[in-house]
Amino acid sequence: MTAASTAASTAAPTVVSVAASTAVLTAAPVSISAATAGGIVAALREKFPQDADKITPRASADHPAINIPATAAVAILTHLRDAHGYDMLADLTAIDWAEGASPRFTVVWHLLSVASAPDASASGTSASDAHAKPGSYLRVAAGCANDAEPEMPSVAAIWPGANWHERETYDMFGITFTGHPDPRRILMWDGYPHHPLRKEFPLAGVEGELPDPEVAAETKTKLIAAPMAGGPFVASSGGLNIGENEPRAKDESWNENAEKPKAEGLKG
Amino acid sequence: MVTANKEATYNSAIEGDIVVTRLDAVINWIRANSIWPMPMGLACCGIELMAAGGARFDISRFGAEVMRFSPRQSDCMIVAGTVTYKMAPHIRRIYDQMSSPKWVIAMGACASSGGMYRSYATMQGVDRILPVDVYISGCPPRPEAVLDALVKIQDKIRREPSGRALFKEENKG
Repeated sequence: MTAASTAASTAAPTVVSVAASTAVLTAAPVSISAATAGGIVAALREKFPQDADKITPRASADHPAINIPATAAVAILTHLRDAHGYDMLADLTAIDWAEGASPRFTVVWHLLSVASAPDASASGTSASDAHAKPGSYLRVAAGCANDAEPEMPSVAAIWPGANWHERETYDMFGITFTGHPDPRRILMWDGYPHHPLRKEFPLAGVEGELPDPEVAAETKTKLIAAPMAGGPFVASSGGLNIGENEPRAKDESWNENAEKPKAEGLKG
Repeated sequence: MVTANKEATYNSAIEGDIVVTRLDAVINWIRANSIWPMPMGLACCGIELMAAGGARFDISRFGAEVMRFSPRQSDCMIVAGTVTYKMAPHIRRIYDQMSSPKWVIAMGACASSGGMYRSYATMQGVDRILPVDVYISGCPPRPEAVLDALVKIQDKIRREPSGRALFKEENKG
């Protein structure tokens, strides 16, 4: 793969600045992966002509990456698994581009080819040519059409391992995977009202109720925003830090018993 | 006393002299030297807790080697690890199922204060739901620190008015 794609990039050298390639995420990047992604894009456009304009190469610093439309996601991913040899779903996650962006949510599948290409004489020449080399990854991304209530078809029927990944992505981002066999939260408890990895959600959390109302009533405890003390880890040498090179949290803990001190009362 | 069973009666040839003591001293002596811990291992602190039970550190020197995984049989909960909000109610329920008298050790930074997990998912200190007797610093603490906490619990038990508690109205029956 490396030798072939290096040859391709030397044959047609293109100069694109780093800023431009990161700003325009759908533009084809000048990298080793671009040539490989281009091959897959061409093959998919031929196979799915109705979605040809929506199947595009995707900027990537490492593995080949493509954009696909959400409506044809299951069909394209199934085709990638069966005809191109991406038989393993290594990861499934999502990106929140923050409020105001559209599409706001992008689901990302990381596919890995494990098995070797089938024998060319047995399966026909074209299938063998398209088959990925064992150990090669492909990143596939699709934007969710609805920004307020994002949805994406589930691939748990294609890769059973997607089951928990999709539950986690639902839990953290609030993306509903249609057709999922068990659409529950996986990390936070059922009934938790937020999706913590969304951009507007603060890392410290927000006030709320404990999962168990009986224990909450008994202990009179609730969810509180965690004291961030200037951040999860503070590397600056403030007045309370002992050594300049030693990252440590400033001693600014507070909870419902000890109120957050006023800003002017703090040193530094 | 008229009985056929001589073994059950006092026999001066076998027992020797009678020892007179205070009820508090006897009860506290028994309790302090047979603390059965409830190992609430929630994170990496649980591994150090296991080390404290191993041969090198040997928690059995202090009579606390009987780790009980049933709350009904244990009397000192060692909260060893990060307490998430999802887990917190279960910890409280297990504590409620332990029979009195019972004690709690918050082992490590996470159980004591949330530690480095200043996040939406982590309870900032298990003392928000449990009455903690001893806090252990460290991330994770060394097994010696666990033993030190155990000795501190023993000191605390030895100072308790256990005999008076036995005859309290709410404890009868």
